[in-house]
Amino acid sequence: MDEGLRSELSKQGVFTTTLQELYNWGRRSSVWPLNFGLACCAIEMIAASMSRWDIARFGAEVFRPSPRQADLMIVAGTVTKKMAPMVVRLYNQMPEPKYVIAMGACAISGGPFKQGYNVLKGIDRYLPVDLHIPGCPPKPEALLHGIMKLQEKIAAQPLTGDGRPRHLQADAPAEFPVPAYGPYDLTPAKNETLWRPAALERQNAA
Amino acid sequence: MSDAPPATADAESIAALSTGDLVPDEFPDTPPPPAPAARLFEVRPKPGVAESDEGELLEVSIGPHHPSTHGVFRMDVALDGERVRQLKPVFGYLHRNHEKLGESCSYLGSIPYTDRLDYFCSLTNNWAYVLSVEKLAGLAVPERAEYLRVIAAELTRVLNHLCLVGFLVHDMGAMGTPLMYAFREREKILDLFESLTGARMMCNYFRFGGCRCDLPPGWVEVAQRFVDGLPAFLDEFERLLNENEILLARTQGIGVLSPELAVNAGVTGPMLRASGVNYDLRKVDRYGLYDRFPFRVPLGDHGDTYDRYMIRILEMRESHKILTQALRDLPAGPVIDPKAKLRGFRPKAGEAYGRIEAPKGELGFYLISDGSPNPYRYRVRPPSFVNLTILEDMCLGHTLADAVVILGSVDIVMGEVDR
Repeated sequence: MDEGLRSELSKQGVFTTTLQELYNWGRRSSVWPLNFGLACCAIEMIAASMSRWDIARFGAEVFRPSPRQADLMIVAGTVTKKMAPMVVRLYNQMPEPKYVIAMGACAISGGPFKQGYNVLKGIDRYLPVDLHIPGCPPKPEALLHGIMKLQEKIAAQPLTGDGRPRHLQADAPAEFPVPAYGPYDLTPAKNETLWRPAALERQNAA
Repeated sequence: MSDAPPATADAESIAALSTGDLVPDEFPDTPPPPAPAARLFEVRPKPGVAESDEGELLEVSIGPHHPSTHGVFRMDVALDGERVRQLKPVFGYLHRNHEKLGESCSYLGSIPYTDRLDYFCSLTNNWAYVLSVEKLAGLAVPERAEYLRVIAAELTRVLNHLCLVGFLVHDMGAMGTPLMYAFREREKILDLFESLTGARMMCNYFRFGGCRCDLPPGWVEVAQRFVDGLPAFLDEFERLLNENEILLARTQGIGVLSPELAVNAGVTGPMLRASGVNYDLRKVDRYGLYDRFPFRVPLGDHGDTYDRYMIRILEMRESHKILTQALRDLPAGPVIDPKAKLRGFRPKAGEAYGRIEAPKGELGFYLISDGSPNPYRYRVRPPSFVNLTILEDMCLGHTLADAVVILGSVDIVMGEVDR
């Protein structure tokens, strides 16, 4: 819609919007996270929901104990190989539309514990992560910034065409395979459809 | 509470306690046995427990994701109606290979990892680790650094106990308010830590031979203001909670831990003192400068959940005394031994065990050096892991809702339990 016309109409008391804007406004303004903490970052997540930082300003203070009622999974802390199947199963139990924030270095890449034999080197091997919040642990401001960025992302999602959210795509996967502990390691070691590590580009290649 | 047998501290009675003799044979309100179709699991009775005709037990796995277990703790509970008949803690969901990483890291490089053991109390973790390294290498610590360590450790103790009480009453259904009060004070302490060390939670501040850096200008005044306001806050907190009817009903006489069992199981810290055993490493070992500060060790009478709650409040008041004196007497001088070599540090072959009174109990690090830059063996003695081993004995015979509260009063942090 033409911005000039919209501005002119709003001066005369006529509020105009599009279905997409209204729909995304509703979706982004009440993102309910799953009450789900794994390690150190969970404490900062709790701190973000307390009086000083007050995540309620972003409509995200309703931490749901059940995945069936949650829209957002904040993977807050180290995902060990024993815990990774539960994380994926919880994600599968959440209804669409759903989003994932990888909070902290451990959830992004394994962080300081990356060399450990029992630590998953990033939850994005199994889950489609929408947002990474770096830090060890990230401060509550960083989490709030992440929530705002996620809201921007939701607001920008079109309802049709390419880039529409997954719950509007008929052929998008509804569930992600849950890894199991094999003889040596988690199998599968990664979800091939999701895990796309950045390719190394050599600038001085001959 | 069941009529617990008069406990004597011998192995036989401990064995009797841990095989479920605490459970009375008949419960007053035993529900009728469920219909055959409703049977989910049938658990085998523990060895030594006679078969009873009380119907089937219901086996419930609480966790690793459950809003009332702290972190990724899981307990497999066998329930008779609502009563806990068996409780098996399942660990390992946060096993982050701490000890193995410590053996492949330099001595200096392990300090940031110790922050992440008990992520509420990073500074006391640092202290226990650097204390064992100092014992291993025979390093001296300047007086000002010792004062800074005492101040940091006592602030950490206040922080930990505040959060514990907040989460404990949160588990009882006081959603929000007391936890918000606790976190309001926690943020003040974290601001102090941030200006002192650069990080809110993962402070990484102590070094073997002293502390990393000196205080920023004006820090003592800000800390003094916080410490002066602490008693008023504790008064407010106690007015809010102490005589609350729900808190009394949910905690008094619940989860009684006998002093004999506590001593035999190796329980330390506020849990042990709530059972009436006078054992505080600050008094016993007199590490640091704790012999300079007169303070009392609060003791409980009954060893129930209420005593464990009250011990924490009283310890915060004692911490306030220590903090006031330490901030007043803080001497000038260097904060680190100038001869201490941090990088390329290679202690002589030997072994050392350093332990301190962390907010949760005795936190110890056992290091074996073979003369190389990294320890040959690195072992952590975490207090909350050892305190957790008697969870079943405290929960047997109580309802499942009480088991959650008892777990909250044990004060566990999974980063330390699983390491």
